[in-house]
Amino acid sequence: MPAPNFMIVLPEIFLGAAAMALLIVGVYAGPRAVRAVTWLSALALAVTAAILLQPAWSAGGVTRQVGLFGMFVNDGLGVFTQTLVIVGSILSLLIAVRYNEREGIARVEFPVLVLISTAGMMMMIAANDLISLYLGLELQSLALYVLAAFARDNVRSTEAGLKYFVLGAVASGMLLFGASLVYGFAGTTSFDGLAKLFANGGGNGIGLITGIVFISVGLAFKVSAVPFHMWTPDVYEGAPTPVTAYFAVAPKIAALTLFLRVMLEPFGGLAGDWQQIIWAISAASMVWGAFAAIAQSNIKRLMAYSSIGHVGYALIGLAAGSAAGVRGVLVYLAIYLFMNVGTFAVILCMRRDGKMVEGIDDLAGLSRTHPALALALAIFMFSLAGIPPLAGFFGKLYVFMAAIDAGLPVLAVIGVLSSVVGAYYYLRIVKVMYFDEARGAFERPLGGEVAAVVLVCAIIILFFIVWPGPLLNGAGAVAATLFPG
Amino acid sequence: MTHLPLLSLTTFLPLAGVAAILLLRGEEPAVARNARWIALWTSLVVFVVSLLIWANFDPTRSDFQLVEQADWLPDFNIGYHMGVDGISLFFILLSTFLTPICIIASWTSIQRRVKEYMIAFLVLETMMVGIFCALDFVLFYVFFEGVLLPMFLIIGVWGGPRRVYSAFKFFLYTLLGSVLSLLAILAIYFVTGTADIPQALSFNFPPSLQPWLWLAFFASFAVKVPMWPFHTWLPDAHVEAPTAGSVILAGVLLKLGGYGFIRFSLPMFPEASAYFAPFVFALSVIAIIYTSLVALAQQDMKKLIAYSSVAHMGFVTIGIFTVTPEGLDGAMIQMLSHGVVSAALFLCVGVVYDRLHTREIARYGGLAENMPKYACAFMVFMLASVGLPGTSGFVGEFLSMIGAYQVNTWVAFLGTTGVILGAAYMLWLYRRIVFEKIVHADVRAMVDLSPREILVFAPMIAVVIWMGVYPSSFLKPIQPSITNLIERVQVSERAAASTLAQR
Repeated sequence: MPAPNFMIVLPEIFLGAAAMALLIVGVYAGPRAVRAVTWLSALALAVTAAILLQPAWSAGGVTRQVGLFGMFVNDGLGVFTQTLVIVGSILSLLIAVRYNEREGIARVEFPVLVLISTAGMMMMIAANDLISLYLGLELQSLALYVLAAFARDNVRSTEAGLKYFVLGAVASGMLLFGASLVYGFAGTTSFDGLAKLFANGGGNGIGLITGIVFISVGLAFKVSAVPFHMWTPDVYEGAPTPVTAYFAVAPKIAALTLFLRVMLEPFGGLAGDWQQIIWAISAASMVWGAFAAIAQSNIKRLMAYSSIGHVGYALIGLAAGSAAGVRGVLVYLAIYLFMNVGTFAVILCMRRDGKMVEGIDDLAGLSRTHPALALALAIFMFSLAGIPPLAGFFGKLYVFMAAIDAGLPVLAVIGVLSSVVGAYYYLRIVKVMYFDEARGAFERPLGGEVAAVVLVCAIIILFFIVWPGPLLNGAGAVAATLFPG
Repeated sequence: MTHLPLLSLTTFLPLAGVAAILLLRGEEPAVARNARWIALWTSLVVFVVSLLIWANFDPTRSDFQLVEQADWLPDFNIGYHMGVDGISLFFILLSTFLTPICIIASWTSIQRRVKEYMIAFLVLETMMVGIFCALDFVLFYVFFEGVLLPMFLIIGVWGGPRRVYSAFKFFLYTLLGSVLSLLAILAIYFVTGTADIPQALSFNFPPSLQPWLWLAFFASFAVKVPMWPFHTWLPDAHVEAPTAGSVILAGVLLKLGGYGFIRFSLPMFPEASAYFAPFVFALSVIAIIYTSLVALAQQDMKKLIAYSSVAHMGFVTIGIFTVTPEGLDGAMIQMLSHGVVSAALFLCVGVVYDRLHTREIARYGGLAENMPKYACAFMVFMLASVGLPGTSGFVGEFLSMIGAYQVNTWVAFLGTTGVILGAAYMLWLYRRIVFEKIVHADVRAMVDLSPREILVFAPMIAVVIWMGVYPSSFLKPIQPSITNLIERVQVSERAAASTLAQR
């Protein structure tokens, strides 16, 4: 047996070690060190990204490598989405620094938990075996349960944590049950082994299909696709806002990548069977995400339904099951990341009379009281609605393109119609900010980090149209490697 | 490329003005004043540059000119591709002509958030010009839908009491139409393998696919025109929009539908267009007669003119789907004429609205006594709208009716009744506002046009009469492109007939 190739999980190892080290520092240095530990965590994430990207950079591309006894894989898809996850984590940490201090929940565990969950997500993405998949999934989930309840004196936050934990555990159980069924009927947990089995036309038994359905259900829970989305609004509303921002991007990107990888690599040979499942949950998510959001008055709940809808759009790409579809999903995820983090960074600034407000009505007249903030939020809203020339339009364009190409016109029609319904509630936020009379200003917005995050996200969303090449080329190259020949 | 990138310059120059306005700092009144001047100068420079497009345009050629190409979305055959032909040339000029007029017209009536208002108008100008220059479907769609953003804000922020409802209705109605055309664009992209418009225009689409694509485009363009029964957003949007917003809405945005039919539906889907032509004729005739009758019953000036727009655009859609040289020339001239005339009529409403703050027709009367200059300007546009010979309106309606007569006499007959009804409601409107005795004291106190307002109306009167007396200067650049288009339609119809014969 050859020596295990640790190089392919070097970023994960580094991140795990950094999390441990920072935990020790934090425990000994006490509350004084919170800000330093947070910044060091962001730095650790940046270093992880550098370790991750350096080989790809110097080699001019990523060649697929399997290592650690076939447990982990390092390929273009992994590097691309791991980078997105790291960016999402860094941005969430940045906007959390002063928020946590102001809300009295600044503790060293926060950045450490973010690091641990990020390491879990990276393992999920790199998993090449049902066992390593589950390990990574649980590592990130357990850290996220604690993060959801991080404001432990706040009833809503603890409720969110508990709900997330119970429903997340159910989902994990489903996934595990599905994995055991697959193992029982296929005789292997390795993705490569499964792929070989299905490619040879084997294993079309009802037991295997049941196993795949359970795995899909577990993953649908994690990406909060309809009909497994019920936890999302409550958790988004209850969790501290930076945590919500984090939930909305990093775990979602990781889980969607996992979804892509599981469906296309081990179960790629059964595309005909799972495509209809994905088609249905994609359509249901888009429609339900659009209609249910209309009645919301809390902006965090609204963003929860919005994220459900966006998962539906991203899943169009998976339902297409083609290279164009994967490229669409990757472009969508990258753009979605910046739209969401930017929106939540603006929500963080909604503070009046010494406490946070979350009603959509509280944004009334924001264009008069904080014009720059209102402009940024309007950009994010129009982008989420998919109106050109903003970046969100291109995200939708590429998944619809894949759908038309793959012969799924009905799904594309459902998609565009629900995007019109969705446009209504995004416009409502713009209307409240621009058309309604001001209700009194918010407190001075949070300092430099939040402003920087809002600015960077807004610039990326606004000017994506000018220079779309790098993202599209990157996503296209990654997608091509998944579909050789 | 040897020449200046005139089209890109015209399209994106307004954004330079936006950047300049964004940099303004200081006291509110000073910022407002500077924003107005920057916006005005920017739009005037853009207008001059767009005149250079006309000067450099070769009216004998029928293909796309002043073409600019660059890579944009890699690996997709989607590029940055701009160009003009006879069909798009005057719409660009119309957009750049109306924008400075709008800015002057809003000089004093907009006092709230002037900076944002001027930014919205300049962004709107970029989008409008971009639509007519774009020769790539994705680029076209970006501009086509991008128009909604500034217009939504213009109606919603600076509009009347029911502005929120109207802004939402406008936005969602038009968005619904355009997303369906997006899917059609994607389908075209996969059938032809490129998003390049000139290549798609000469592509022969399979007859089985044509009706679906035609209908998807129809959903988008029929809402924009607007054709009956998809017009209900228009009266709401017009009534609530600020004067300049109505001007752009009536002047340019309503032309997007007709432009889309001529640019895309006819050459790409000739068979589907022939198949659906009776359907379009029926809707257009209903639009002309029904909305004319509705206009007769209106108490609100803006609503009356809004309904008259729907009726006038009915002539345009009839003219387009006759696919005769006269019909298409007439549709083009009618669109340009309506672009100027209805814009001017909304400005006429704006003038009295600024003074009395009501649009109710009954509140006026007898303006000829104390506002003779206004009465004179209003008369010119009213008569042009009616289609008096010697004004632009006559040329457009006359040509499109000649076209209709060749195809279907009933359509021509019913359409012509609309001309009579149009005369009825416009003349009656004019009588109630301008003639009769002054009964209200506040009407007597109204002052005549200010020099600024004269500056607004003078160029528009000149254009209306120029177009009516000597339409050749406009028809000459248009005609080669129209001839080319008709040949293209006939060739593919013959090809379809021969494939049928072979079976």
